[in-house]
Amino acid sequence: MNKIVAKEHFSEKVVKFVVEAPLIARARKAGHFVIVRVGEKGERIPLTIASADVEAGTITLVVQAVGKSSAKLCALNPGDYITDVVGPLGKATHIEHFGTVVCCGGGVGCAPLLPIVAAMKAAGNRVITVLAARTKELIILEEQMREHSDEVIVMTDDGSYGQKGLVTQGVEAVINREKVDLCVTIGPAVMMKYVSLLTQKYNVPTVASLNTIMVDGTGMCGACRITVGGKTRFVCIDGPEFDAHQVDFDEMLMRLSSYKELE
Amino acid sequence: MNKEELTAQRAEAWREELRKSKKAKERTDIPRVKMTELDPDYRVTNREEVNRGLTAKQAVLEATRCLDCVDPLCMTGCPVGINIPKFIKNIERGDFLSAARTLKETSALPAVCGRVCPQERQCESKCFYLQKLKKEPIAIGYLERFAADYEQASGEVALPEMEPDNGIKVAVVGSGPCGLSFAGDMAKRGYRVTVFEALHEIGGVLKYGIPEFRLPNRIVDVEIESLRRMGVEFMTDCIVGKTLSYDDLHEMGFKGIMVASGAGLPRFMNIPGENLNGVMSSNEYLTRVNLMDAANPESDTPVYKGRRVAVVGGGNTAMDSVRTARRLGADRAMIVYRRSEEEMPARKEEIHHAKQEGVEFLTLHNPIEYIGDERGRVCQMKLQKMALGEPDASGRRSPVPIPGAIETVDVDEVIVSVGVSPNPLVPNAIEGLEVTPKGTIVVNADTLQSSIADIYAGGDIVRGGATVILAMGDGRRAAAAMHEALQQQPGV
Ligand SMILES: Cc1cc2nc3c(=O)[nH]c(=O)nc-3n(C[C@H](O)[C@H](O)[C@H](O)COP(=O)(O)OP(=O)(O)OC[C@H]3O[C@@H](n4cnc5c(N)ncnc54)[C@H](O)[C@@H]3O)c2cc1C
Ligand SMILES: Cc1cc2nc3c(=O)[nH]c(=O)nc-3n(C[C@H](O)[C@H](O)[C@H](O)COP(=O)(O)OP(=O)(O)OC[C@H]3O[C@@H](n4cnc5c(N)ncnc54)[C@H](O)[C@@H]3O)c2cc1C
Ligand code: SF4
Ligand code: SF4
Ligand code: FES
Repeated sequence: MNKIVAKEHFSEKVVKFVVEAPLIARARKAGHFVIVRVGEKGERIPLTIASADVEAGTITLVVQAVGKSSAKLCALNPGDYITDVVGPLGKATHIEHFGTVVCCGGGVGCAPLLPIVAAMKAAGNRVITVLAARTKELIILEEQMREHSDEVIVMTDDGSYGQKGLVTQGVEAVINREKVDLCVTIGPAVMMKYVSLLTQKYNVPTVASLNTIMVDGTGMCGACRITVGGKTRFVCIDGPEFDAHQVDFDEMLMRLSSYKELE
Repeated sequence: MNKEELTAQRAEAWREELRKSKKAKERTDIPRVKMTELDPDYRVTNREEVNRGLTAKQAVLEATRCLDCVDPLCMTGCPVGINIPKFIKNIERGDFLSAARTLKETSALPAVCGRVCPQERQCESKCFYLQKLKKEPIAIGYLERFAADYEQASGEVALPEMEPDNGIKVAVVGSGPCGLSFAGDMAKRGYRVTVFEALHEIGGVLKYGIPEFRLPNRIVDVEIESLRRMGVEFMTDCIVGKTLSYDDLHEMGFKGIMVASGAGLPRFMNIPGENLNGVMSSNEYLTRVNLMDAANPESDTPVYKGRRVAVVGGGNTAMDSVRTARRLGADRAMIVYRRSEEEMPARKEEIHHAKQEGVEFLTLHNPIEYIGDERGRVCQMKLQKMALGEPDASGRRSPVPIPGAIETVDVDEVIVSVGVSPNPLVPNAIEGLEVTPKGTIVVNADTLQSSIADIYAGGDIVRGGATVILAMGDGRRAAAAMHEALQQQPGV
């Protein structure tokens, strides 16, 4: 049982929680995630640890309500308890001074992207963040990203905000403009697939953080498995970040839809 | 237990009297008891326990069969050496609570082992009846379950005698049978025990793996409750190696650490199509159903309910998966196994129950490819037919493919149950901990001490996939050895 100590709405569907979890706060590094369960009949869902306060013994989660379990969590308030929070899980992000780093996020990917943007900036990188969504209302965390980025480029499919176009067009413009040393991408699998194809063309090393379906998060079930470089890997213990150019995104796209009919 | 003690106990007046009360012939003429089972047609519609247990009358009669042998061979077949004739004779004289206490002298989880031990290969395989009389052995497992259940139901679950608190803290990693039995023994000796468990439930495979229809959760919960009453603390949602490091455990003052983290890493076969939707490990399938209660409409966790389900493998895990699939509504539930039924590692009772429940057995078949539909969901599997070849070095006849004999079977769900590897989380997190190439932790065979002095290990993390009773026995032996070591350590 972990107590929620603070809650803030970033937008209607995006909520920031500060949660008591002293052991996790102490052990976590950027890129780690937790598995959270709300209620005795609740599902176990993975969420990236956005930041942590070791002194206060808290971690921060940024959650976007996309379905039943994330909505249930977003409905909780300060003083409420989250039934289970376990972590930190996964491998930490490899953070160093690369030079210029383009971080691109779309949809559910923006929340887990935020701590990486912050850590990359803190490591002295020039950070250019590209946020993408279908339409203006769906652009989230722009303000928070600006705090940690040298530049934020917003792309919308319908042109209702920022520039009209896809995330790939935003990234390509940057690559054509200046030398990019690393690209980090988190978002819907289709988006990551096209970002990866693009950066492959320009030979820009790219890391994708994969948000597969998970159950235990400790390597026990294999629900999170994915093919990387022709080999089966478990995202929860071998990832969540992988060399995007090696990931079989078509397979991942197919696997993400596994339980669609059932939810 | 040594020979003299055994003989002395056998010579107690009540045992003598009981032995003399009936002629051997009267005893051997009694047929072996039949377990009452739910009707197969009914039980595939629910999760109720299939074996209903013995009535007191049945148990006493079955106990009467036992000859209270001078040299009880049955005991040599029990990995923890339960005093089998003593507990059985207590049942015969109607003192069921004493029978339960006899079990508890050696086994921390008799209600569990009575249900899940492969008795036909252990204690019962050595029974005098089978060995010498060529008759069906005493139903030791059923009787064990009877005594343990009786004690649980009586509400008089006796806590063992506890030594006074010695103030020494020990940590347990993992709450499966190995961790639980270790915790119980150390608590009894006066230690302050904390069990760390990665999942949100206590019990390990007993909870997330073995289904309700074979081992109801409430049976395990009673044991956990007893441990709580003995002062054992449980910390769920805590992964040693992630949430807490080895150094953290030291900082927290733990003087000894028992690693009982199990063999939780599922193996796949690396054949084409294995990552299609609808193909999953038995761990995922059983975890969804047992731990997350996914078949219950009120649960938020989904599980796919296939109509034509193939389970690949021949162990207990495979039987549990295929029988679960039947219960979730599969019209066709198949076991696909590359050897013959003879070689199947599953318990005989499970195979028998599966057959009664309409499970088809495709033995001498091996999957070589899965084929998906346009949505990426598995719809067919290609099976290579096999034949048994010449005996190999181990004396087992190994299966060889019959050239060209390939069959295609329609399926909409495949559960891969071809074994597990040790969970690498703990070994990866502790520098200097020696592991075998297979990933199991190396321990001293007697003391179960690892290459690091204050770390002991047992159960599946040491043995690969084994059994509940072996895991439990390891927990007990490690507790004895750690206790010994800590007593000699100055300053603790
Ligand atoms: C390592 C990791 C870290 C994550 N970190 C965060 C985070 O910090 N904040 C956050 O809001 N979310 C994060 N996610 C995603 C989050 O776990 C899912 O959004 C959540 O599990 C959805 O559960 P649900 O029951 O609410 O939605 P569901 O009912 O399961 O799904 C609702 C809809 O969302 C889509 N969807 C579900 N899961 C995903 C996914 N993983 N990727 C893309 N689409 C999906 C479904 O296809 C469906 O259309 C992370 C995922 C992973 C694997
Ligand atoms: C489906 C199935 C059916 C079976 N049927 C039978 C049967 O009929 N009869 C029989 O005798 N045996 C059976 N077995 C085998 C038996 O269950 C195992 O041999 C036994 O459970 C091993 O016990 P253990 O304590 O070593 O590990 P486990 O029971 O695997 O428990 C290990 C626990 O440690 C936890 N853990 C792992 N890593 C960490 C960490 N780093 N920090 C904290 N916690 C951690 C895990 O979450 C788990 O709860 C079956 C197994 C399965 C999977
Ligand atoms: S613990 Fe298992 S092997 Fe030992 S007596 Fe009981 S059923 Fe037989
Ligand atoms: S060998 Fe069989 S008959 Fe003899 S004591 Fe054991 S259970 Fe009883
Ligand atoms: S989530 Fe179960 S193995 Fe990764």
